[in-house]
Amino acid sequence: MAIDMQLDRHILRRTESSDEEIVVNFGPQHPSTHGVINFVTQTNGEVIRRSVPDIGYLHRGLEKIGEQVPYPGYMPFTDRIDYLAAMFANEGYAVAIERLLGVEAPPRAKYIRAIAGELCRISNHFISVGTMAQDIGAATPLTHALRERESINDLLEELCGARLTFNYHRIGGVAFDLPEGWAVKVLRFLDHLDSYIQEWDRLITFNKIFVKRLANVGIITREKAIDYGLAGPNLRGSGVNWDIRRDMPYGAYPDFDFDIPVGTGRFGTVGDCWDRYFVRVREMVESSKIVRQALAKLPEGDIQAKVARKLKPDAGEAVGRVESARGEMLYYVVSDGSEKAYRLRVRTGSFMAMGIIEELSHGIMVADLIAIIASLDVVAPEVDR
Amino acid sequence: MTQEEVCTQLKTQFGDAASALSETKGDRFVVVKDEKIVDVCRFLKTTTGLEFDYCQDITAVDWPARKVIEVVYHVYSLVHRHGLVLKAETDREKPSIATVESVWKAATWLEREIYDLFGVNFEGHSDLRRILLPDDWVGHPLRKDYQEAGGYHGIGNERQDPLVQLSKVTDERRKAVAAAVAAAAVAAAAAAPPEPATVPVAPATDPERKS
Repeated sequence: MAIDMQLDRHILRRTESSDEEIVVNFGPQHPSTHGVINFVTQTNGEVIRRSVPDIGYLHRGLEKIGEQVPYPGYMPFTDRIDYLAAMFANEGYAVAIERLLGVEAPPRAKYIRAIAGELCRISNHFISVGTMAQDIGAATPLTHALRERESINDLLEELCGARLTFNYHRIGGVAFDLPEGWAVKVLRFLDHLDSYIQEWDRLITFNKIFVKRLANVGIITREKAIDYGLAGPNLRGSGVNWDIRRDMPYGAYPDFDFDIPVGTGRFGTVGDCWDRYFVRVREMVESSKIVRQALAKLPEGDIQAKVARKLKPDAGEAVGRVESARGEMLYYVVSDGSEKAYRLRVRTGSFMAMGIIEELSHGIMVADLIAIIASLDVVAPEVDR
Repeated sequence: MTQEEVCTQLKTQFGDAASALSETKGDRFVVVKDEKIVDVCRFLKTTTGLEFDYCQDITAVDWPARKVIEVVYHVYSLVHRHGLVLKAETDREKPSIATVESVWKAATWLEREIYDLFGVNFEGHSDLRRILLPDDWVGHPLRKDYQEAGGYHGIGNERQDPLVQLSKVTDERRKAVAAAVAAAAVAAAAAAPPEPATVPVAPATDPERKS
């Protein structure tokens, strides 16, 4: 009995308010922070008073580098902005410079970009939902997710020779055409994926404990999501039906028929962690649909538009937007007529997502902070650039 | 609503404080007087029919020749699906502009980044600290005249050509290996008595082979 009472008091101490506030550096090296990020967290037992993200550990000055290398030479650097979904970083840069130059990639290149991009989205979302399950405490799903992702990495390696930092896009096209017999392999993988997603749902998505840990946690209302400039799955998780692929179309996306999953508050409130999680799972299915359509309709022709060897766009500015795995990726390029960009700005979804964490952290449990970070899918190099 | 129509509305509301839509190649933009930026932004967000509720990006461009830093706002309306690029210029010597945090919360972090990398002071900002660089960093790297300080707390920012370093390392290693081999040979020669001459070996016979 005495032990029970002690335990009770202990639990009370940990959950109810007292004056024992401490500041914990949650990071910069911590398995749940998804990279080198520090959350300076003021807690009272298990309850967080507030948590302030401290970023910049991975700042490599990629925007400054953009001003110092010629336009085509910057492409490999874009891979390093987001190593989990480098195809989109490539594509966004290519789209921005193409708009600045007034050239357009040939149709076949656009289709190949869509195929490579959507495969990359599936691979990125597997990491995202897998690590999310692991952060919550379920270890098995991540191993499954990594297995599936490896298959995609194999396919992308065959396409462009790299597994993470692809350097595949070129200004005005892509570097290589599809290898012989590649499309068949992709289709075989997609057949597997479509049935695998159902298994994934049985494994973790509708798992009662998993749902309880995520539903009604970290609710971001529609208004707040827009106000904080969230992007991509985080914005759609809050019920905002907004996707650059459909609403500001680029590349081959107008040719495809696909749905845009949004959060519905199925187990809790619209905009909770589970909604953001589920949007990602559904997006994998939609990406699979897009790849199938693109492979079926793949046009013949060139994969590279005619572009001068030395690029010297006229003075002016252009914005390239793509729907990255982490939301809208915006490249803002200012040219002064020379062969290097005068100013190159990269706006990423992770940076905006980090901005809302302090607002969400008031009065939540420490374990919920981990769920929120995982559900926002922040990737440190993309935050810091 | 097209960009021209948005511009016309801005002109009727703010007169000379808002310029006409630029005629540049690529994306077009509106230049706004810097002291009016908050009013313009709030007008864009709250006016029915405009409702620019989504702040996609705020960034800056340094123009030493014109002695200004441009702050660039990419705003969008998720209600009406139209976008606009706003620019406000501030003096490069003492860059300062009012914060639009009260209009879009997204500005909090975006403006902090500009403060960090360009040194623009956002008046009335709730949390104006460096965000990417350490607090004791000197200078603002994205300015055109930024000079690298030559390191940070003893961490240098220059290094030799890695290929030169590599060849030096391999040279040293080759010399060390050669010296070790020579030393071992000398030691072996000193320690061991001379081996007898090679014993003639009978030619191997294959027992299974039947001649």
